Amino acid sequence: MSLNKLNQLYLAVVMDHANHPHHKSSLPDATKSVELHNVSCGDDIRVFIKTKADRIEEISFTGNGCTISQASASMMTDALKDLTIPVAIKTCDDFFQLTMGKTLTSKAKKALGDAAILGSLAEFPARIKCATLAWHAAKEAVGGEIK
Amino acid sequence: MDKKFENVIKDFPILSQKINDEPLLYLDNAATSQTPNPVLNEMVSFYQSENANVHRGVYTLANEATTAYENVREQVAEFIHAPNAKSIVYTRSTTESLNLVASSFGDLVVHESDEILITIMEHHSNLIPWQQLAKRKHAKLKYVELADDQTLDIADFKRKLTERTKIVAVTQMSNVLGVTNPIKEITRLAHQQHAYVVVDAAQSVAHQSIDVQDLDVDFLAFSGHKMLGPTGIGVLFGKAELLDEMNPVQFGGEMIEAVSRTQAKWQSAPWKFEAGTQNIGGVIGLGAAITYISKLKMTWIEATEHKLLTYLLPQLVQIKGLTIYGPQTVAEHGSIVAFNLANLHPHDVATGLDMLGVEVRAGHHCAQPLMTTLGVESTVRASLSFYNSLADMDRFVYDVKMVKEFFNRES
Ligand SMILES: Cc1ncc(COP(=O)(O)O)c(C=O)c1O
Repeated sequence: MSLNKLNQLYLAVVMDHANHPHHKSSLPDATKSVELHNVSCGDDIRVFIKTKADRIEEISFTGNGCTISQASASMMTDALKDLTIPVAIKTCDDFFQLTMGKTLTSKAKKALGDAAILGSLAEFPARIKCATLAWHAAKEAVGGEIK
Repeated sequence: MDKKFENVIKDFPILSQKINDEPLLYLDNAATSQTPNPVLNEMVSFYQSENANVHRGVYTLANEATTAYENVREQVAEFIHAPNAKSIVYTRSTTESLNLVASSFGDLVVHESDEILITIMEHHSNLIPWQQLAKRKHAKLKYVELADDQTLDIADFKRKLTERTKIVAVTQMSNVLGVTNPIKEITRLAHQQHAYVVVDAAQSVAHQSIDVQDLDVDFLAFSGHKMLGPTGIGVLFGKAELLDEMNPVQFGGEMIEAVSRTQAKWQSAPWKFEAGTQNIGGVIGLGAAITYISKLKMTWIEATEHKLLTYLLPQLVQIKGLTIYGPQTVAEHGSIVAFNLANLHPHDVATGLDMLGVEVRAGHHCAQPLMTTLGVESTVRASLSFYNSLADMDRFVYDVKMVKEFFNRES
């Protein structure tokens, strides 16, 4: 294999999110924040959420990581903002399914937004953890059950 | 390519496979070494013709298994120049060996306000057991720092070693920086303060010969799987008189001399530390690994790896934006090179190399306090073995450059 295969993972959209992440800051008035570590590299990501009634009003993240984890965190904030908590939890679960190579309905894909292209991760199983870290933190922040 | 190298390569069939359609280049030898056919064959042959539980049956087969098991203990003693086999305890790994010393011996000699002196380059397995011991005993854990050239700061060691120091725990070779520490000098100084010295030889054992009597260390730990042997078998060397003083930390079959309803009497060392059925197959594999290394000769292994490093390091140093951690010169470097490429995360670099068939480690290498000291979260690490070739080194340098270009093009 040559480095061409890398293009499937490091797509322009991914590089763009990694180099210019969306919602990368702390939220002083967050209702909840959760920090998770990637045990193999020591990277950490903290996800902040501000909920009002049942809805994620604001969401952001801080922390360092590889291209994949930064891009995925950025995509996650885009995807979950403004969702109700049950829908946000479902969206996180869909993302986990996607990274494991499952095919999603077009509706579910649409809900994931840019993150839907990370389906190529199934080809890079060693990197799935990098991508799911922020989503696990988000799911925990909204009180979703951790499997 | 010399004849010996060609023959050696044939013993490692795993190396001749393809990864992501490219020939495998295995450069994660510091994590675990590959196991040559003669070692595997020896284990197969043991299971096919000698397998029985040891120290139990009176029947012939059990006796043969016991003899094989105890013979390897002699072999290990000889390998590290221990005075006799009684100072060799079988464990599961370096980690278990170090935990055994920290919890059993540590409990005996470390008391409130005593000091335990370790170094900032320790692997978590030679760090957390001491951190825990210090907490348990309300003792103080101190760290020897790095010098400017990222070798161990011996002046700092001398400053921090006091009459309060009860234990000095230090790695012989860093799994990140690649440096070998001056164990003999450290031991001499520590003994002047009546401190005991515990050495983590996980990384050194397969790359240099070890003489525990010359070094005069009190304890030394290593794992079979980093020296061409199987996983699940490790060794703790301890001076016989110290092992005698220590209490076992696991209890059960094998380790006792006699048991009544209310008490039990232990066997003598090393057997009192080997509770329950041991990893007998692993012991056999460990013995075969030592035989294999002895046939190759440690001097040949050292020379071969030194040649590889001498060839590789200057080429890596020249790659723009590449930072090498640890000493920059070959003289002070073992066969481990940790590095980062400017602006690139180690995981991205390692995935790129993986696509090219090159297997390297990316992460904190179980040395987070060291990473913090170096000012990074993680690094890429290539670790060499005598079964790598100069051509492998060329390919590695080329591939690192390719990966660098790939990511720089994208951003
Ligand atoms: C320096 C050092 N110490 C200890 C260990 C732990 O060895 P094991 O995992 O075999 O117990 C390692 C292995 O990664 C190491 O590199």
